[in-house]
Amino acid sequence: MGDNTYYDPKDLRKFGKITEWNEELGTKFFDYYGKVFEEGALTAREKSLIALAVSHVVKCPYCIDAYTKDGLQKGITKEEMMEAVHVGAAIESGATLVHGVQMMNKYDKLSM
Amino acid sequence: MHTKSLKKQNKELANAQRHLEILSNGIFSDQELPTFAKKIEETGQFPLRPKKLEVLQINLGYMCNQVCEHCHVDAGPDRKEIMTKKTMLQCLEVIKNTNATTLDLTGGAPEMNPNFRWFVDEASKTGIKDFIVRSNLTIIRANKKYYDLPNFFKKYNIHIVSSMPHWTRGKTDKQRGSGVFDKSIKALQDLNSLGYGMPNSNLKLDLVYNPSGAFLPGDQVSMERDFKNALLEDFGIQFHNLFTITNLPVSRFLDYLIASENYEDYMYSLVDAYNPSAVQNVMCTNTISVSWDGYLYDCDFNQMLKLKVASSVKHISEYNEEVLNNRTIITSQHCYGCTAGAGSSCQGTVIPASAGIS
Repeated sequence: MGDNTYYDPKDLRKFGKITEWNEELGTKFFDYYGKVFEEGALTAREKSLIALAVSHVVKCPYCIDAYTKDGLQKGITKEEMMEAVHVGAAIESGATLVHGVQMMNKYDKLSM
Repeated sequence: MHTKSLKKQNKELANAQRHLEILSNGIFSDQELPTFAKKIEETGQFPLRPKKLEVLQINLGYMCNQVCEHCHVDAGPDRKEIMTKKTMLQCLEVIKNTNATTLDLTGGAPEMNPNFRWFVDEASKTGIKDFIVRSNLTIIRANKKYYDLPNFFKKYNIHIVSSMPHWTRGKTDKQRGSGVFDKSIKALQDLNSLGYGMPNSNLKLDLVYNPSGAFLPGDQVSMERDFKNALLEDFGIQFHNLFTITNLPVSRFLDYLIASENYEDYMYSLVDAYNPSAVQNVMCTNTISVSWDGYLYDCDFNQMLKLKVASSVKHISEYNEEVLNNRTIITSQHCYGCTAGAGSSCQGTVIPASAGIS
């Protein structure tokens, strides 16, 4: 790899290789991961949209690539994908803003 | 959006030999990814050999009223390759005597062959069990002379298989051309009104879904559910089965993959999704594909790559099912498209849903 960047899209293809350096934990992780995304009480489609939203919140470029493609494969529309991203963004901004209450509490406590 | 075939544009990928070079070079010659032959050898499935012949698929010509972005035939209005009546007569002799139970007419738009109706009339007299015509739907509305096609299909109890890339207008038109969605919806409504695709109807109407881009199709059962709900709710349309078909890296789709810099990633996706149990049921094991000029191929994709069957019998005029069934199937890296996930064929996935892999 000649490019000086931390992220290379091609590295996503190598994800499975993490098992080579710790087979037990790697295998357990991928088994768990596969199981999580199977159809259950939630459909595979719903899980894919949740994964897409979380990918944006944790700002994982590999995950965004993977779950945009996964969504396309599942016939999820771009409108549905963007709404999912907004759900993630709303929770993330809400999480910031709800700390405003802590700020208000502290302000009031310190003020005469 | 394409308006001309790759052939008409003299594009590199109009050349079958160039295709095969691309599919064998780069990531495959560097051994970054295993060749298809090597992969199926791992499970003792090389060389691939035919089983009982079930489907005779006849390509009536590459002319089409549409120029779809993903078309592996490179079909379009400018293609002049059309099956002659002489070759059709040779096909009819074979249809009379074959052990195949399905006759599958494809193209291009098979209806554009000037002898299409005569051929259907003659072929239906042979009493073939399942008589399929792959109709692109818009042909029915393309010209007045085609308006009565739905009634014609009904008269011969033709099993219609039609492409519908998505239940939303934008995705369909992007892949298949502007206005295709509205025309397809109208054609489906016309077919429904004749009884095609209705629950418990003997007039079979199945839809084919090809992904509109560099990604694989999703689970066939869930996609069928989504298609059925959306088409019924939005347009009152019903159909029987949805076949999900993986786009193979051939012709216009390969051209698109290379131009959009998706080729390597797509091949990785196909190889990653390789499913050895799909190999047992790939369509080349039960199908013979006949080209417009009467040559025989293991499948429609090999036809486009000009890979004639590896048999002493190579033309419909010398057809011999027993000899043909002793052949070895010719494979290259495009074959990964038929073995990904639950597999892919002209009849959709090749593995029942319950036996599929995630």
